[in-house]
Amino acid sequence: MNDSIVSLVDKYHLIAAFAVVGLTMYVAYWLSRHLTADRLHGSAIAIIIGLVLAYVGGISTGGSKGLSDVTLFSGLGLMGGGMLRDLAIIATAYGVRFQEIKKAGLRGVIALFLGVLVSFVAGAVVAVGFGYTDPVDITTIAAGAVTYIVGPVTGATLGASSEVIALSIAAGLVKSILTMIATPATARLIGLDNPRSAMIFGGLIGTTSGVAAGLAATDARLVPYGAMTATFYTGLGILLAPTVLFLAVRALF
Amino acid sequence: MVIYGVALLAGCMLVGLIIGDVLGQLLGISANLGGVGIAMLLLIFVTGYLKDRGKLPEATESGINFWNAMYIPIVVAMAASQNVAAAFSGGLVAIVAGVLAVALGLALVPVLTGKKGDDARPLDPPASAAMPPSRATTSDRS
Repeated sequence: MNDSIVSLVDKYHLIAAFAVVGLTMYVAYWLSRHLTADRLHGSAIAIIIGLVLAYVGGISTGGSKGLSDVTLFSGLGLMGGGMLRDLAIIATAYGVRFQEIKKAGLRGVIALFLGVLVSFVAGAVVAVGFGYTDPVDITTIAAGAVTYIVGPVTGATLGASSEVIALSIAAGLVKSILTMIATPATARLIGLDNPRSAMIFGGLIGTTSGVAAGLAATDARLVPYGAMTATFYTGLGILLAPTVLFLAVRALF
Repeated sequence: MVIYGVALLAGCMLVGLIIGDVLGQLLGISANLGGVGIAMLLLIFVTGYLKDRGKLPEATESGINFWNAMYIPIVVAMAASQNVAAAFSGGLVAIVAGVLAVALGLALVPVLTGKKGDDARPLDPPASAAMPPSRATTSDRS
């Protein structure tokens, strides 16, 4: 009986994921209303629940895809994977006024370059502070602080050790997860309540999953503006980190 | 028909990703450069064009709006499939580097946004102004 239920849920994994996420959303919005009197956004709670479940799933299976490594919840990987996520992000652009994007365009581009640079420098400073002296290691860890995709791509290009590459992925993951949690908490403080600051935020932080979830937990209407710039961030990072930025690090160390 | 809306969305996504891919190859990087952003711009222009000519019936719109409304649940599923365990077991270097990158990025948002002019106005408060903005937003979306 139990086995047949498990195999059924496994077979219809995407459908099971819809049900699981729906239930999570219900619990999250209930908690938001009854425990926090709406002060903490329901979607922020839902994302935090998701992260906690991902941690539990990762610890119990030893896999790399959070809760979706548990057979029963494998559909979460498809539902929350890059394909459907990007489709939904693009759909949020429907109804956006192009004027808003044009007005913030230049600042968005500046934010992109500054964002990659600042994250890289932050990562590099920390790496040096922890005693790394090889330019390849410093660059790889610094690139990880840009995003968890830029890190390994840069490390592979420069021939970094797998240990350092793993470290750079971890740095990017910390950034992404922290962005999900810290964005709604600091939104008011940093004036994140309008399309312009959302585009700048997307450019400065850049990690797509972090920006996507952070803005969703803050004000879903800001998502398209932030996602618009963030989508260029990883590409720019891969362009700059192993080339210009690596040369700069090598010149210094 | 609803599928027209979904197909329009899918078409914009594919074209955007192809352009992003070509851009990446032109610059010699193994990544898609802004494909999703380009797809978003395409969707804005194409739906704007169709709407002006009255060629975007409600059923077509609902095909796009469904995925728009699925955004937050998809993000929750995404959060649940992140490698959170690895992030925390990566060691202190990874944690400090990640935290510092986020802190600096967030701190720079108000610096770059500058003084609030007309174009940095908060989004209009949703219809039910009595409710806190966060909650009203979700009712907007659902």
